[in-house]
Amino acid sequence: MYQFDYEAPDSIEAAVAALRENDESKLVAGGMTLLPTMKLRLARPEVLIDINNIESLFGISELEESLVIGAMTRHADVAMSSIVQNFIPGLACLAESIGDPQVRNRGTIGGSVANNDSAADYPAGLVGLDATVVTDRREISADNFFTDMFETALEVDEIITAVRIPIPQRATYMKFPNPASRYAVVGVMIAEVSDGIRVAVTGASPCVFRATVLEEALEEDFTPEAIANIAIDGVQFNEDIHASAEFRAHLVKVMARRAVLAISS
Amino acid sequence: MEVSLSVNGKEVSEDVEPRTLLVDFLRNDLGMTGTHIGCETSQCGACVVHVDGRSIKSCTLLAVQAEGAEVTTIEGLAAGDELHPMQAAFREEHGLQCGFCTPGMIMSAVDLLKNNTDPTTNEIRDWLEGNMCRCTGYHNIVKSIKSVAELE
Repeated sequence: MYQFDYEAPDSIEAAVAALRENDESKLVAGGMTLLPTMKLRLARPEVLIDINNIESLFGISELEESLVIGAMTRHADVAMSSIVQNFIPGLACLAESIGDPQVRNRGTIGGSVANNDSAADYPAGLVGLDATVVTDRREISADNFFTDMFETALEVDEIITAVRIPIPQRATYMKFPNPASRYAVVGVMIAEVSDGIRVAVTGASPCVFRATVLEEALEEDFTPEAIANIAIDGVQFNEDIHASAEFRAHLVKVMARRAVLAISS
Repeated sequence: MEVSLSVNGKEVSEDVEPRTLLVDFLRNDLGMTGTHIGCETSQCGACVVHVDGRSIKSCTLLAVQAEGAEVTTIEGLAAGDELHPMQAAFREEHGLQCGFCTPGMIMSAVDLLKNNTDPTTNEIRDWLEGNMCRCTGYHNIVKSIKSVAELE
């Protein structure tokens, strides 16, 4: 690994100040993506600002029909949380499906969201559940937060403090994992929220998106059959050694049907 | 940078560069080579240790990030000459061949049984998602872990 400086501030204000001090600084949350990326020199921050000592960023609570999950909450803690299991079991399952136990013990929801990997699970979770990303200065709806592959609406000196997820009537996440990495080849979150059915897809295209054709069909008839004959346009889908665009388009529908079936019964 | 932490119950304090990975700190600074480096990309699990009671991959944590932490490595399991039950089970059930993955496998398995005292075979296999073995085909590793669970 190359040389860099390291700071571990204990407040959000101090972390923001540290970010502003050097253009080549970067926050590290769980580090499950950033540290391997640095080893490969795909990222070369001069200063790492570790936010693991900021206590206010940890924890899960229920507040006004929503769950508020601190940005530094580990995947394992989301998966094992009795609050999450009770109110949004589909989200607990999503967290449980990330990587492996050691990655889940370290990786964080805020880090995953800020990184916006096109094959990550949480972007689909947040968009599907109509969540809001809370930062040190504003709130951003998940629909507007994830802008492109590894791109988000965050400013360079902005820090995610929490995500707020309204408790849905029902929701579940189905994914076809890459057998080695457990990243989503395709992952689909389907949720029934206050303003209707939402279907969010990760892994298939460069950025998480809502499958509106599936949403409309499920709004009319919430059954696997209702979407069986809908064509998914996979022209813009990812194509790599793991799956062709055509296969990904197929998987979107298979995962969606399984999700509908799982929350219908 | 100065880093102070507890390793297998012993307080240690060393001057390290921020870029030093925890696994390199354990192996090179403390001379504890039981924790292995396999892929160094957080996939293979040879470097699994416990930090504050949870299994993590020590190739993907900086030593400075373990400031104030309690770290347990494979060297910290046995009580003197007496093997930890998980170590004894791996020997008894032939849970290893070359032994390279074994420290990580055992640390991972010990963490599993802390949270799930009676795991099914599937739960054991799921838990070992982040630990790779190129010799055994996993069968005897699963058997070893199961035998400890049955003991308890």
